[in-house]
Amino acid sequence: MQSERNANFNRNYNDYICSVAPKTKEARTLLRAFFVGGTICCIGQFIRFALEYWAGLSGTELAAYVSMIMIFLGAFLTGIGVYDRIGKYAGGGSIVPITGFANSVVSPAMEFKSEGFVYGTASKMFVIAGPIIVFGVASSVLVGLIYYVYFLVI
Amino acid sequence: MRKRTLIFKNKPKLIATATVAGPKEGIGPIGEYIETVLDDDLFGEKTFEKAERKMISRAIGKAIGNAGLEERDIGAIIAGDLLNQIISSSFACRDFDIPFLGVYNACSTMSEAFLIGGVLVDGGYCENVLCATGSHFSSAERQYRYPLELGNTRPPQAQWTVTGAGAAVLSAEGTGPKLVSATVGKVVDYGVTDANNMGSAMAPAAMEVTCTHFKESGLKPEDYDLVVTGDLGAFGSRIYKDLMWEKGFDIGKCHVDCGEMIYNIREDEFQGGSGAGCSAVVFNSYIYQKLLKKQYKRVLLVATGALLSSVSSQQGDSIPSIAHAVAFES
Repeated sequence: MQSERNANFNRNYNDYICSVAPKTKEARTLLRAFFVGGTICCIGQFIRFALEYWAGLSGTELAAYVSMIMIFLGAFLTGIGVYDRIGKYAGGGSIVPITGFANSVVSPAMEFKSEGFVYGTASKMFVIAGPIIVFGVASSVLVGLIYYVYFLVI
Repeated sequence: MRKRTLIFKNKPKLIATATVAGPKEGIGPIGEYIETVLDDDLFGEKTFEKAERKMISRAIGKAIGNAGLEERDIGAIIAGDLLNQIISSSFACRDFDIPFLGVYNACSTMSEAFLIGGVLVDGGYCENVLCATGSHFSSAERQYRYPLELGNTRPPQAQWTVTGAGAAVLSAEGTGPKLVSATVGKVVDYGVTDANNMGSAMAPAAMEVTCTHFKESGLKPEDYDLVVTGDLGAFGSRIYKDLMWEKGFDIGKCHVDCGEMIYNIREDEFQGGSGAGCSAVVFNSYIYQKLLKKQYKRVLLVATGALLSSVSSQQGDSIPSIAHAVAFES
């Protein structure tokens, strides 16, 4: 990118822009992200305890049910137009938990419905979540290989 | 020596305008001046793209009616918008039996259309020319940014694309504000790459064309009641004023920005409005009516446009910008 600078590139101007551009209010943003993200995680933990206590689930089965419920909640809140409002307030706080992942899949799916179910909803569904899945799978394979080699050596 | 400022000898008149805008623009500071305010930003259509073209079509139809003309009286429609292949304008023009010239200079399309329309009318090639443009927040978000329901935050230097359309009829005869001169802009790129910070990408282009206009026309900022930029936003306006001051023009007293005027900053508009509809709605409603009442005598409209696409941003290119200046006298 750096080598492709055009003839008019003006370093002074860019430095000046950086120095006067309105800044994100970091303290406020971080606090909001912490509290909303924490609340979402607390809800998840509550569901986990509830399922363990009342439904008698445990282990991976329990984890799967909790994830399913949280993903459903994220998708549902996106569908009724609430999640983007939470996101505006919370920033990273509502993107990082699993509900944010649901939001990133459902929102383009809704948005591109106007281009049809195949070329719209289905093909655009992973526009935002796609990279997360790709890097998630790729890095898990990599970590798995390292793990395997480590135990071969030991 | 090449001159970029055109002086219109016959002074085409701006005989009528029409504006259509969404609900959010309707409750803004200039809402009462907008002719048609929609209750619903879908405008009764199924998609935002269809709503955008319907707004442009409605603005064109109303402007022809307001001018007291019929379709066959209009020599040409000069229109453009932000969507790929300017579909909103060209699809809107399916509804009319009028020759169509599609133009694109991003958000500066309104002043570009005035400039070309002025040339056609002043040169005697057309009796009446209709200039129109529009944009829609939701269709622009779809094309340039993220889905609407995605829970992300906007950075504080971001702007909000205006949902609205404006149309104006330039005529050789009739009464109304006169188009006296226009300066054609150059593509200027100082290397700003942040697509969320368009104000600072466009300010140098606005400065370049305004300085050229003042130098070539021999006028000073004091000669204008108003120098109106298109959609620099609050932050971009501040930079624009700084840049102009550096070049020896103090425009602090007469400068306003359409983007700054159009919204009450409540939600995530941050720096104000942007988009092709921004200058189209503000100029054709508020400023046009003030010109008609002669509350403003001379106005310089410098609509600014960022000529990026989502592909160019992703490939790391900086944002080239352009601005055209058109001067009106009441």
